[in-house]
Amino acid sequence: MSETRAPEGRLDVIHDIGYRHYEGPRLGIGYATRSLYTSSLRGAFGLGRSGKSKILPMAMAAIMAVPALIIVAVSIYVKMGKLPVDYPQYLTNLQFVTAVFTAAQAPVLLSRDLRFMTVPLYFSRPLRSSDYVRAKYAAMVSAVFILTMLPMLIMWIGSMLGSMDFGYNTRHFAYGVVAAAFYSLVYAGLGLLIASLTPRRGFGVAAIIALFMVSAGVSGALRGVLHVTGHQAASFWVAMLNPGFLIDSTVSWMFDLPLRGNVAEMPTTLGGVVFLAEIAVLAVGTFALLVRRYRKI
Amino acid sequence: MAVITTNNLTKRFPRVTALDHLSVEVQPGVVGLVGANGAGKSTLIKILLGLAPATEGTARVLGLDVATEGGAIRERVGYMPEHDCLPPDVSATEFVVHMARMSGLPATAARERTADILRHVGLYEERYRPIGTYSTGMKQRVKLAQALVHDPQLVLLDEPTNGLDPVGRDDMLELIRRVHREFGISVLVTSHLLGELERTCDHVVVIDGGKLLRSSSTADLTAVTSLLAVEVTERQNDPGFDVDAALRARLTEAGLTVSADSGHVLLVELHGDDVYDVIRDAVAELGVGLVRLEQRRHHISEVFAAGAGALGAADKAEEAAHV
Repeated sequence: MSETRAPEGRLDVIHDIGYRHYEGPRLGIGYATRSLYTSSLRGAFGLGRSGKSKILPMAMAAIMAVPALIIVAVSIYVKMGKLPVDYPQYLTNLQFVTAVFTAAQAPVLLSRDLRFMTVPLYFSRPLRSSDYVRAKYAAMVSAVFILTMLPMLIMWIGSMLGSMDFGYNTRHFAYGVVAAAFYSLVYAGLGLLIASLTPRRGFGVAAIIALFMVSAGVSGALRGVLHVTGHQAASFWVAMLNPGFLIDSTVSWMFDLPLRGNVAEMPTTLGGVVFLAEIAVLAVGTFALLVRRYRKI
Repeated sequence: MAVITTNNLTKRFPRVTALDHLSVEVQPGVVGLVGANGAGKSTLIKILLGLAPATEGTARVLGLDVATEGGAIRERVGYMPEHDCLPPDVSATEFVVHMARMSGLPATAARERTADILRHVGLYEERYRPIGTYSTGMKQRVKLAQALVHDPQLVLLDEPTNGLDPVGRDDMLELIRRVHREFGISVLVTSHLLGELERTCDHVVVIDGGKLLRSSSTADLTAVTSLLAVEVTERQNDPGFDVDAALRARLTEAGLTVSADSGHVLLVELHGDDVYDVIRDAVAELGVGLVRLEQRRHHISEVFAAGAGALGAADKAEEAAHV
């Protein structure tokens, strides 16, 4: 067989076949926006990036899901017939995890491109700045939605496996989905808006965490003041100051759920409507400000 | 057909006029755009990409209007920015594939084109390593690759040799020539070094303060800008003798245009090969040694001065006509 082999040294030669033009399809703005969405969503969980960048988002997803698994396992084992935690209540209890995930990953989506000045490369392509913002916003909203839906799904599937009341669980699972959607829009929007203001990832992370913590502190302190001074009836308004309390209050009001934890008072009808409007303004407003922020680049 | 045409293109910012009634036509090939920092090069590129509106005037790229057809232009044009634009934590392959998809190439085609173009710009095994580990020269190649990956008809290269050592500079200039010669892609390359562009470009456009100073073929430009620098020794036995003045007198007598450079260097305009003979004979007759005889190019500032002079003369002529 050795006679038919190519001469020594010829097998590993890379032949320069010259430059070839590209005659294939160019799929345009919609395709590019979708590609940017997919790669950004994967990036939000560290997929397709180094092992190090997977640690935090994956840890947050685990912290979000593991208590739900334990709750489901215990409820089924002791035959409770009912989950000990309501669906939206679960997200309220783990608000901090959602906040940390947002703070850590929103800068991954935007600050990187600003810091390494990659943004002009995107805008020298058919993609417009509004397409870029749309892809990044949708990716971050989806990332937070996946994070918050994970325990909801575990609990709902667990309730089915434990033969719990189907109607009750499905209804309350739906409330949880609404809560998850609110968290996704509000947290992602605020996180991205802050991240878009700094090319330094560390600053972005710190600023987003600070927003959630400081607003929670101020809101709690104000409620204390209102209680002491005898304005208890009006004290539900302080929930407007913190994104987490806001969503908790709004969901409790919308579905008439029992009050627990952070929210001590149910909003009035006017309050509920105003809260819903605030959620809408936060979602639309942060997106509009992001579009404006990138128009000038 | 011209690849770039601007007509009275003007861009005013609140405090500065970046482009001032610029009318220029760029033909296919390698065209250099020269200007000092702040001459309006980057502003012009932004307008040509349809990313910034012109205050006045029009511009067309590949026959498309920059004001209304920016998207179509950006689909057919590649852009390599002057500044760093590469994330350090991904490999060249991953990055260029991503940018190819941003240009609308389907996933498979994006991977194939990336492999091809990285080979063409001279990146081999290292293309799988994170970009953060690359040398400046390799990073410049990645920047060029992302501008070429979607097979544009025209690339705009903003200061591609910035930060490179002399060897890296030569490699990059050779690569730029190949982009046109072998890939058939027209190139507009900016630089603040005229000498560099003379070697690479077919045509050079010089702008200053947003105004067109000169647009001519490289051959024309070098014809007027070639100079010979001449330096000779003192006379050993006659230290008082002013050799420079004597040499200057002899050369001027022979019909050459001579000017003094710094120190003992004389600059002689190089019209043809016989200039060398005249200088050799003059030096021999004076009986001194020749220290230096080298070809020099006008520094960019001299072209500016010449251009400004020409403009000044034109202004005066116009004034005279008005009177």
